[in-house]
Amino acid sequence: MQRTGELFGQFQNLDQQREASSLGMWVFLITEVMFFGGLFLAYTINRSAYPAVFAMASRELDVHLGALNTGVLILSSFTMAMAVWSSQQGRKKQLIAFLIATLVLGGVFLGVKYVEWSAKFHHHLVPGSSFAFPEAHGDVGTIAHAQLFFSLYFGLTGLHALHMIVGVGLLTWLLIHAARGRFTAEYNTPVEICGLYWHFVDIVWIFLFPLLYLIDLHR
Amino acid sequence: MTGHVVPRKIYLTIVIVLLTLTGLTYWAATIDLGPMNVVIALVIATCKATLVVLFFMHARYSPRRTRVVIISGIFWLALLLGLTLSDYLTRSLAGRV
Amino acid sequence: MSSQAASPASTPPPLNYLNAHYGIRSWLLTTDHKRIALLYLASVTFFFILGGTFAGLIRIHLLTPRGYLVTPETYNKLFTMHGIVMIFFFLIPSIPAVLGNFLIPMMIGAKDLAFPKLNLLSWYIYNLGALFALFAIINGGVDTGWTFYTPFSSLYSNTSVAPAAIGIFITGFTSILTGLNFVVTIHTMRAPGMTWFRLPIFVWAHYATSVIFILGTPVIAITLLLVALERLFHFGFFNPALGGDPILFQHLFWFYSHPAVYIMILPAMGVVSEIIPTLSRKPLFGYPFVAAASMAIAVIGFFVWAHHMFVAGQSPYSALVFSLLSYMVAIPSAVKVFNWVATLYKGSISYDTPMLYALGFIGLFVVGGLTGLFLACLGVDVHVHDTYFVIAHFHYIMVGGAVMAYMGGLHFWWPKITGRMYPESVARVAAVILFVGFNLTFFPQFILGYLGMPRRYHNYPPEFQVFNVMSTAGASILAVGYILPMIYFIWSMRYGAVAPRNPWPGTGLEWQTPSPPPTENFEKTPVVTWEPYDFYNRPDLGLTGPEPPSPPGSGPALSPAGDD
Repeated sequence: MQRTGELFGQFQNLDQQREASSLGMWVFLITEVMFFGGLFLAYTINRSAYPAVFAMASRELDVHLGALNTGVLILSSFTMAMAVWSSQQGRKKQLIAFLIATLVLGGVFLGVKYVEWSAKFHHHLVPGSSFAFPEAHGDVGTIAHAQLFFSLYFGLTGLHALHMIVGVGLLTWLLIHAARGRFTAEYNTPVEICGLYWHFVDIVWIFLFPLLYLIDLHR
Repeated sequence: MTGHVVPRKIYLTIVIVLLTLTGLTYWAATIDLGPMNVVIALVIATCKATLVVLFFMHARYSPRRTRVVIISGIFWLALLLGLTLSDYLTRSLAGRV
Repeated sequence: MSSQAASPASTPPPLNYLNAHYGIRSWLLTTDHKRIALLYLASVTFFFILGGTFAGLIRIHLLTPRGYLVTPETYNKLFTMHGIVMIFFFLIPSIPAVLGNFLIPMMIGAKDLAFPKLNLLSWYIYNLGALFALFAIINGGVDTGWTFYTPFSSLYSNTSVAPAAIGIFITGFTSILTGLNFVVTIHTMRAPGMTWFRLPIFVWAHYATSVIFILGTPVIAITLLLVALERLFHFGFFNPALGGDPILFQHLFWFYSHPAVYIMILPAMGVVSEIIPTLSRKPLFGYPFVAAASMAIAVIGFFVWAHHMFVAGQSPYSALVFSLLSYMVAIPSAVKVFNWVATLYKGSISYDTPMLYALGFIGLFVVGGLTGLFLACLGVDVHVHDTYFVIAHFHYIMVGGAVMAYMGGLHFWWPKITGRMYPESVARVAAVILFVGFNLTFFPQFILGYLGMPRRYHNYPPEFQVFNVMSTAGASILAVGYILPMIYFIWSMRYGAVAPRNPWPGTGLEWQTPSPPPTENFEKTPVVTWEPYDFYNRPDLGLTGPEPPSPPGSGPALSPAGDD
């Protein structure tokens, strides 16, 4: 049974409900900006303090995988925007197709991330007692500052990946309800606001890529 | 009632621009531009983010209130970074305490 | 203020939000903002009692210079847990989650908040975070101070830092979601005719508070997360041995924790801005200025955080900037005080209990605020930082200000919430006891701090004993001032006089609903055509007051607004 335009009791009309949902998601995204912001501050302070070591440590990252992931997420933002468009047009099949595409691209991102992280674990680049940084040639300070870089790397990409996983969950929920015909040209608010969330996660990565992978790449 | 419908052509254009800018930022990073490397990387990233916000997130077609929310978020992040840096960047001016 | 005779026992009470549904599930799964407010009331009261107990133990320990009640390690845990519980689990949620949740939809003419299920989720999140904190307490406590300064908290402390940090992290989402709910509600769900400048100041105050919830809380969240990660996975951001910087922690921590104090005081100011006009039967003086001042406090409050770090090792140039900004943030607060006093002037004041609390608030907040300016002065702060002067300063604002306003608000809206009046004479006595006990507890601490007694010390030189004994004596009186309302509020729910719809009377929309209100607040959405606090021109409320007092030297009195 197709349910269209379900009005929740506390609202007076569908427009108000839509306005409120959209504003609510934007406000939530601002809290996420400040949440990541704390880590970006830690990054800024530490990179300005130890620029050379950060460049050295950054070279341990696979810039091609990072660039690939950037492209994957940008494409996924495109497919998400197309999913929203499809729902606005009431085109259920297209909506489902684009949601699946976004999900797949998100999965690719997470898969690549898993590969990268496994490599780090394998090469003892995880902060803690097993951390090893041969490029430092034994210099204690350099090893310590390299650990800081990797703390930031795992902190930032880990937090980002967590948000991606939540995004994948949201997309799955959207897919299930889209398949049930819940979204129409009159009512597609959940698609819109999940789209906002997904784009935000993309934006975070747009900044993470140059900040983590592209430090002094020319050397 | 759903929001403003953005033509598909715009989405297509934007995604192509975004991918191009990604290539550009990678290429710029391979050239030694000294301190400008960071600046250019951040400028390009900001451009990309702006395009996503304006077009994919429909900020261009949203009410003024949404734009106020977005600007506030950016301003507050800048505040956190900037005012904290005002401590770190002026420490050397004071000499050793 | 007249109370109507209690209705005869034989007629069943009308359907309201309290009796609409019965059973524990109808409470634990409610989405009614009024019931959720009462759920929060239960939670925060529990933590108030817990935090107060810790305070009592501290004061008893400090009766003697050597302190024989507890070991030094336990003493450290006591003041830490007192701070954590009182700040994160009582003060920050109190007025917004209890009074804000209950009143905001009614004040704007809506049936509920924008996201009622999110509202309920927020309460459960609060409880989850509280469980972590309780675990930390039972597991031996935390001894880092509520400020969790690194590297002690991230590396060296052997106490339950991670569970406490995680608990506060989780509870932070309560703030974020509540703030989100309030902002969206106030923006999108105001009744027709309820323009921004017809909103009660209580709503403005909570809007401003919500801005801080939204922009500040995420930063403490990431900060505490980093501390937990540093403890568990040795990250190193705050560890000097690894090249990290403990001052970075302090910047991140205070970026939230300073605006947090405005989270604690802005709603209190909102309460006072409701009580004073109502119980002086006079419009709030300078309404637009009071509304703007609320927003200014919220915004400027984000620019001043490093005044907590003047002696921590930050750049002196940076310290100068933060000192100047800290002076500026006092200005909107002062504007509010002047407007309240101007409202009282030539008003028809009734000294009911809420007014007693509001008057107490004004006096004590001024003392607390002014001493804050002493601390904002770099030269003075070097002398009194980390002494009892600071403790007295913030307790004057948090207890003398925020808690008194909370008590005043509970009394003011008790008839609406429960449909019963509290006993007025007993309540007035309790308010006076609270005021006396409070001042006796904390004024000596100004002197102690000025004389040099450091804070967070389990012992002190013998010459400070007199003031410490005075302070502890005051604390016992203060405790009586809190216990009495707990008793008579509960008593009133069964034996209190049945409350009329609008006992004071107030001009807000909440007073147009029955006491207690029905679940959906309004049978149909009200249409607002009147200005706020218009005590001279509300015939629908029986308020056609005397002509407004003419400004001095302006000639013949102006005619009432009804001629327009």
